[in-house]
Amino acid sequence: MAAISREEVAHLARLSRLAVTDEELDTFAGQLDVILQAVARVGEVTAGDIPPTSHSVPLTNVFRDDVVRPGLNREDALAGAPDAEDGRFRVPRILDEEV
Amino acid sequence: MSDLTRMTAAQLAGLIAGGETSAVEVARAHLDRIAAVDDRVHAFLHVDAEGALEAARAVDARRAAGEELGPLAGVPVGVKDVVTTRGVPTTAGSKILEGWRPPYDATIVERLRAAGTVMLGKTNMDEFAMGSSTEYSAYGPTNNPWDLGRIPGGSGGGSAAALAAYEAPLTIGTDTGGSIRQPGAVTGTVGAKPTYGGTSRYGLIAFSSSLDTPGPCARTVEDAALLHAVIAGHDPRDSTSIPAPVPPVVEAARLGATGDLTGVKLGLVTQFAGEGAEPGVMAAFRDAVDALTKLGAEIVEVSCPNFEYALPAYYLIAPSECSSNLARFDGVRFGLRVGDDGAKSLEEVMSITRDAGFGPEVKRRIMLGTYALSSGYYDAYYGQAQKVRTLITRDFTAAFEQVDALISPTTPFVAFPFGARTSDPYQMYLADLYTIPTNLYGGPAISVPCGLSEGLPVGLQVMAPTMADDRMYRVASALESAVGTLTPPAL
Repeated sequence: MAAISREEVAHLARLSRLAVTDEELDTFAGQLDVILQAVARVGEVTAGDIPPTSHSVPLTNVFRDDVVRPGLNREDALAGAPDAEDGRFRVPRILDEEV
Repeated sequence: MSDLTRMTAAQLAGLIAGGETSAVEVARAHLDRIAAVDDRVHAFLHVDAEGALEAARAVDARRAAGEELGPLAGVPVGVKDVVTTRGVPTTAGSKILEGWRPPYDATIVERLRAAGTVMLGKTNMDEFAMGSSTEYSAYGPTNNPWDLGRIPGGSGGGSAAALAAYEAPLTIGTDTGGSIRQPGAVTGTVGAKPTYGGTSRYGLIAFSSSLDTPGPCARTVEDAALLHAVIAGHDPRDSTSIPAPVPPVVEAARLGATGDLTGVKLGLVTQFAGEGAEPGVMAAFRDAVDALTKLGAEIVEVSCPNFEYALPAYYLIAPSECSSNLARFDGVRFGLRVGDDGAKSLEEVMSITRDAGFGPEVKRRIMLGTYALSSGYYDAYYGQAQKVRTLITRDFTAAFEQVDALISPTTPFVAFPFGARTSDPYQMYLADLYTIPTNLYGGPAISVPCGLSEGLPVGLQVMAPTMADDRMYRVASALESAVGTLTPPAL
């Protein structure tokens, strides 16, 4: 039995903000199924009361002194933007006109 | 002057400091070499000739003024294109960042500049460092100098191939699951992954933040150690940077070069005993183990029972982190924007941009990570993988109570022909079978050439405890003193 269906992959693509084509969906569904069946092997390990590891460095709550330091100026911050206007990032339409 | 491009970084620095050549001459020699061979190798995505010569002139001026130069002053270096370089194009091998010029330098780049190294340009890689062959670079693959029809490893294939093609004596890589070590192995060069937190991630375009580790690539172990020493050390701009002194890696490499490993205990991992590796790789590895024994090392077998779950755990943890990290590519603040016709919504433009800008492996991993983190699957996949990570760490800790370091082949197979593993992504993932456990644990590991199989390089990996990076340099350097460096056929 497949670990993941084509419909589930389509849903994942939507959640991931990827406008995949039908052709891509066909390819990815098969490939993700193979990968998921392989990685599901982690379930074979008995690990009920084992604490999870999120990263390997034994540090928590690393703070710096609260002092003002130079940061990016507006010009530099906007320099790589696909579109900018009046010193701001310009974005596509965010409000639905029909509402 | 004999060919400057054939020299080690240590030799070049000595010649420049002694006034026998200039940093400008050294930079020119490498830029000429790139111009001569890189159309065939394609190790570089961007060559910054002007910037390199300017940096070289500054080193020569400092020397003329009688200033003390650092140990790598004037030595050229290539930087993997996932590392930000102020004003110099940085794409991470992706179309979504084509033409982007970062407004700041990564910490390791700041340190390279401060040390007087001369940046030649940016090296090719699998898109966002996801891959083992550079076939997932949006700008076309890098060709292995040993056989131009074969992969140079990945994701840092450009950094490794640039060394093997004598285009640079030093390069920077990043290692999330083996992206420094596996390219080192298949190109006959040296690649070291420092302890996680030992080198700063500030300015690395993030793939998997709990695993990403920048590190040195070179043709000799001593050169790798010299570069390691320049880029390593605490950085307050990286919250997982370890506030401790850099291990004495250069001294350890020089100690190892004496060829004496008396009193050093090395472990062979039972779970790595041949399964999945090519016979030629295992034969070269066994010869190297014999060589290490002759140098005085004691070899014992060590069991790490959870290592067989490292690959599955990695391919849940790394994609999960990547699905979050790559959300920043939204077509608003930097990079590509596609489909903005004034009628489409932000969300539509974002989805069209991301589908157009990301390649297939990146999309697979984003979707895989989104799945592993989604409600209903989180505990069984991501949560379980994090527990397995704990068990793998315990395996390492227990192993290092018995031995000083672990050794294995770096990768199960030699450089494979282009196209051999792209149709079945999981076959590509197997390239990192032996390198991934270290990333989950966070310790350092190095790949050093140990011989040939069917005329192609084989690498031996040395894995050491966290913050004992010096140990792996000592062992790797001793092996290098016994088996020598590898020279590819002339291009």
